[in-house]
Amino acid sequence: MAQNTYDAIVIGSGISGGMAAKELTEKGLKTIMLERGRNVEHIKDYVNANKAPWEFPHRGGKTQQMIKDYPVLSRDYTLNETNLDFWTNEQKSPYVEAKPFDWFRGYQVGGRSLMWGRQSYRLSDFDFEANAKDGIAVDWPIRYKDMAPWYSHAEKFAGISGNRDGLAQLPDGDFMPAMEMNVVEKDVAARIKKHFKNRDMIIGRTANITKPHNNRVNCQYRNKCWLGCQFGAYFSTQSATLPMAMATGNLTLRPFSIVTKILYDKDTKRAKGVEVLDAETNKTYEYFAKVIFVNASALNSAWVLMNSATDVWPEGLGSSSGELGHNLMDHHFRAGAHGDAEGYEDKYVFGRRANGIYVPRYRNLFGDKRDYIRGFGYQGSASREGWSREVAEMSIGGDYKDALTEPGKWTMGITGFGETLPYHDNRTYLSKTEKDAWGLPVLVMDATIRDNEQKMRVDMMEDAKEMLEKAGLKNVNTYNNGYTLGGGIHEMGTARMGLDPKTSVLNKHNQVWDAPNVYVTDGAAMTSAACVNPSLTYLAMTARAVDHAVSELKKQNI
Amino acid sequence: MNRRDALGRVALLMGGAVIGGDLFLSGCSTDNSKKTAKAKQKVEETLDANQVALLNEVGETILPATKTPGAKAANVGGFMAVMVRDCYKPEDQKIFLEGITKLNDASKQKYSKDFMGLDAGQRKEFLTALDAEQKQYAQTKTLEQPNHYFRMMKELTLLGFFTSEPGATQALRYLPIPGKYDGNVPYKKGDRAWAT
Repeated sequence: MAQNTYDAIVIGSGISGGMAAKELTEKGLKTIMLERGRNVEHIKDYVNANKAPWEFPHRGGKTQQMIKDYPVLSRDYTLNETNLDFWTNEQKSPYVEAKPFDWFRGYQVGGRSLMWGRQSYRLSDFDFEANAKDGIAVDWPIRYKDMAPWYSHAEKFAGISGNRDGLAQLPDGDFMPAMEMNVVEKDVAARIKKHFKNRDMIIGRTANITKPHNNRVNCQYRNKCWLGCQFGAYFSTQSATLPMAMATGNLTLRPFSIVTKILYDKDTKRAKGVEVLDAETNKTYEYFAKVIFVNASALNSAWVLMNSATDVWPEGLGSSSGELGHNLMDHHFRAGAHGDAEGYEDKYVFGRRANGIYVPRYRNLFGDKRDYIRGFGYQGSASREGWSREVAEMSIGGDYKDALTEPGKWTMGITGFGETLPYHDNRTYLSKTEKDAWGLPVLVMDATIRDNEQKMRVDMMEDAKEMLEKAGLKNVNTYNNGYTLGGGIHEMGTARMGLDPKTSVLNKHNQVWDAPNVYVTDGAAMTSAACVNPSLTYLAMTARAVDHAVSELKKQNI
Repeated sequence: MNRRDALGRVALLMGGAVIGGDLFLSGCSTDNSKKTAKAKQKVEETLDANQVALLNEVGETILPATKTPGAKAANVGGFMAVMVRDCYKPEDQKIFLEGITKLNDASKQKYSKDFMGLDAGQRKEFLTALDAEQKQYAQTKTLEQPNHYFRMMKELTLLGFFTSEPGATQALRYLPIPGKYDGNVPYKKGDRAWAT
């Protein structure tokens, strides 16, 4: 037992787990980070990062065999031959869709920090106060002032590039130099500013470093982030948190470790450790620690808690409120508009920017009032068309080919990313019948977007059209390509924070009300979704929670 | 820009959805995979050398060598064989394979020679007509109606050529590590597009 005892256990090694491990080990805690999947070594295991397009036999596409093997992943761009190894084997780890639900997972060291979209935004008090003001769900137990120093801490460490835009709904942070808008985006941004009050188009704030930082090389503008980056230019567990945690000498990383349950001690009313199933050998181990950080991603963190049922709490650890697994949220998207930008035929770009533009939320803010609550932001970019375009009046032959070797017209598209509300009935729970390859119960997804989101999607299209047209674009068309919950890959809310143990799973420090030495600091903790990309909030929240945990340990409160 | 943007960028080819549907993006139904697994339609493992040679000539007619290499230099025929074998659904594989025969039959009917027997001018005239036919068909085709074989050949020619080494590095410009970003550089007619 002695060799299986640590000061802290971290379940999961993705964005938040890596941060927990870094913060805990830097504060001197002997920590074990348990990851259910294989190890992925920085640089060495980015096997496709340096391949040219022609080195992929299907040029990045998906084969019929891949579609058969990955029926869920094949629903979106996510299934491709360039980074297939980073996505979870769906045959071994299935789930049940009581209602359609897209769940795109990465079971390996680094989790989805290897493939994430990297857009990094702070929530504001418009978000933290939203539930209370609207009278829905429960109030966030924290406000922006509680998070602001931790956002700074996370940004300074992760390296977020962006401008200080001075917008109340999107607080500025401690940024690296921003990436640049291209010539069309700059003009569109200026025209939007002129035509609309409270609407701004800014350059995206992204976790790609724009100057060297902590032995990482600045972004080289290859835009191949999701293959892994040998420059370490984007924030991932491998590039950022893991090396720091390892350097302390306090970290043990154990891949192939499926945490099946948190071991709860009835007498001390604390968790004492975890049970681990070795994914390779199927042997069971126990690990013990004073504090446990649950960072398995929103749905799997809920799974661990639910699967930790005892006779005290038959529905799982942290289930006393009846909210565990409920309030499942995501960001809905795939609705927006695109159009043509004329008059820039003598302009082009150099380099592939791993970033785009962002239009922060303006709906239901600053006196605006819609027939739905909350709002959405837009992501997008302007670019010149390539060889895959139609060439008018041309069919085949030398002229056709030579025309395709030149860039086509400039186009610009923007896609809304909208807030979904925390509906109690949107939930996940353990299947009583279905098991995964290790004989563990799988999750059932029973959640869908509703009227509020559907109404918002109309605005996501119409507003996009209006803005692009006012910005001078031609042939502007809207689209709504449909959306299934989960597709935003921003799962949230399944163990929400709150002020009252009767209506929330976690307190204001991310401690499980029912076991205060267990902290959940990934998307599960989110009390509302806001409309911004959430990962930066997980980083900040994790650092804040570790600070609290270490202080409580010193005071012997946990 | 980011991962989401990939959606709009590669899903469309020649102004329409990519055949096979699932080559780059499905976005719609996922039941196809089950159908595929069940379908017992037997297709040849891959194309034979004569067929690959024919497809290289078809490709070369669509994208000939000009001041830069053409489709044959990129072996688009071999590329088509891989793509049809691995990425096409059985029903599309069938259309493609039958298309090779149809193409030769049409050539014989019009010129009394199979495609390989045509001179460059005849090949261009013939495939221009075929392309007009597939474009016409695409205008009224519903999702359920079969794809046109020549659209498949043209699509795969474009994809295979412009993502090949000669296509990407000679017909287009390819820079593995740009090192910087400039969103406003001068462009003059004739400058080649970036491959990626």
